[in-house]
Amino acid sequence: MKTDEFIEALSADDRKPGPSPGRALALAVVAGVIVAGLLFWAMLGMRPDAMQAMHTVRYDFKIVVSIVLAASASVLVWRFAQPQPVSRQTQLWLLAAPVLLAAAVLIELFVLPGDQWMPKLVGHNARKCMMFIPIFAVVPLGVLLYALRSGATLVPARTGAVAGLIAGGIGAAFYAIHCPDDSPLFVATWYTIAIAAVTALGAFLGSRLLRW
Amino acid sequence: MSQPNRSEGAKSREAEWAAWMRAGLAGDMAAYRRLLQALTPALRGLVRRGLTQSGNADVEDVVQEVLLAVHLKRNTWMSEQPFSPWLNAIARHKLIDVLRRKGRRGEVPIYDLIDILPDTTERPETSHGEVSRLVSRLEGKQKDVVNSVSVDGTSIRDTAAKLNMSEGAVRVTLHRGLKKLAALYRVPEA
Repeated sequence: MKTDEFIEALSADDRKPGPSPGRALALAVVAGVIVAGLLFWAMLGMRPDAMQAMHTVRYDFKIVVSIVLAASASVLVWRFAQPQPVSRQTQLWLLAAPVLLAAAVLIELFVLPGDQWMPKLVGHNARKCMMFIPIFAVVPLGVLLYALRSGATLVPARTGAVAGLIAGGIGAAFYAIHCPDDSPLFVATWYTIAIAAVTALGAFLGSRLLRW
Repeated sequence: MSQPNRSEGAKSREAEWAAWMRAGLAGDMAAYRRLLQALTPALRGLVRRGLTQSGNADVEDVVQEVLLAVHLKRNTWMSEQPFSPWLNAIARHKLIDVLRRKGRRGEVPIYDLIDILPDTTERPETSHGEVSRLVSRLEGKQKDVVNSVSVDGTSIRDTAAKLNMSEGAVRVTLHRGLKKLAALYRVPEA
């Protein structure tokens, strides 16, 4: 086929191009939050003492750190969705949530007596945590990957992984509302494992679905 | 973005390409066609440099694959950004992909496409047939529509009449056919 002929076919395709990556991703995040929220409401709901809990630093912190993770990953995934190299400084924003969490763990170790460390880390709901965070995260991950297919990432696996961090952060934020284990020691252990699993799934799916 | 080292020619190309792409995204398909035609010689220059190592390199096949990627990914260009770095990234990504797929060792040139003098010395306008082969693997109507609009040079309206379809259906089929083509590059022939 002559290139000129091929260009005829391309320029005859006058259907409006899809949304920009920023727009598609914003919609995906909103949709993911709504679906995760509905699942949370249907499957778990608020914990009975939510009102008192809201006035405790530990409870607020685990929710905030989950949102910080989802937000910082959202900014980064928007950059990854475009066909341009992303600077190291921009990628370092992803450390915001881990640094906050590490600081909280240090403070917790400082304020808690040593014999409380293990019980707080083990908590009461480790299994539930590792189950519900991925359950809440699956739909957000799916819509994010769908949105990213209309982008043009140069790094498919990494982009999928960052989408997994957003989804994991969303799932963690909702699960945190319900979970009675508030210690940063619990969060740093079990939330991290659950979010890491979602991230690994994102990287795997990204490397297959986001090539173009 | 100020680029003091750029030649006047490169600067005016950048402005012209960006203006055509903006018009194309707004629905001016004549401007869009001019853009793709203007990009072709520059892409040819870049692709030829990237494929120098391999003997049976078919420059035109790769040029067509890059043009298809430009078309399908044009929603990722933000009109307030300069156009040529975006184009460059798309072209390099595809070139790397082609070299990897064919298991060839090759260097992807680091030149900016906009600085490459358009390759007008030779005019190898017909590809060896990769796109044609892929089109032949499309199914039913998609194959008919893509062939009609490209090789036969038939307008959307006449294609609709010829194939007994509505114009809207032809547009949808063409769009899906082009997306399918891009996917078929990654699926080896059965």
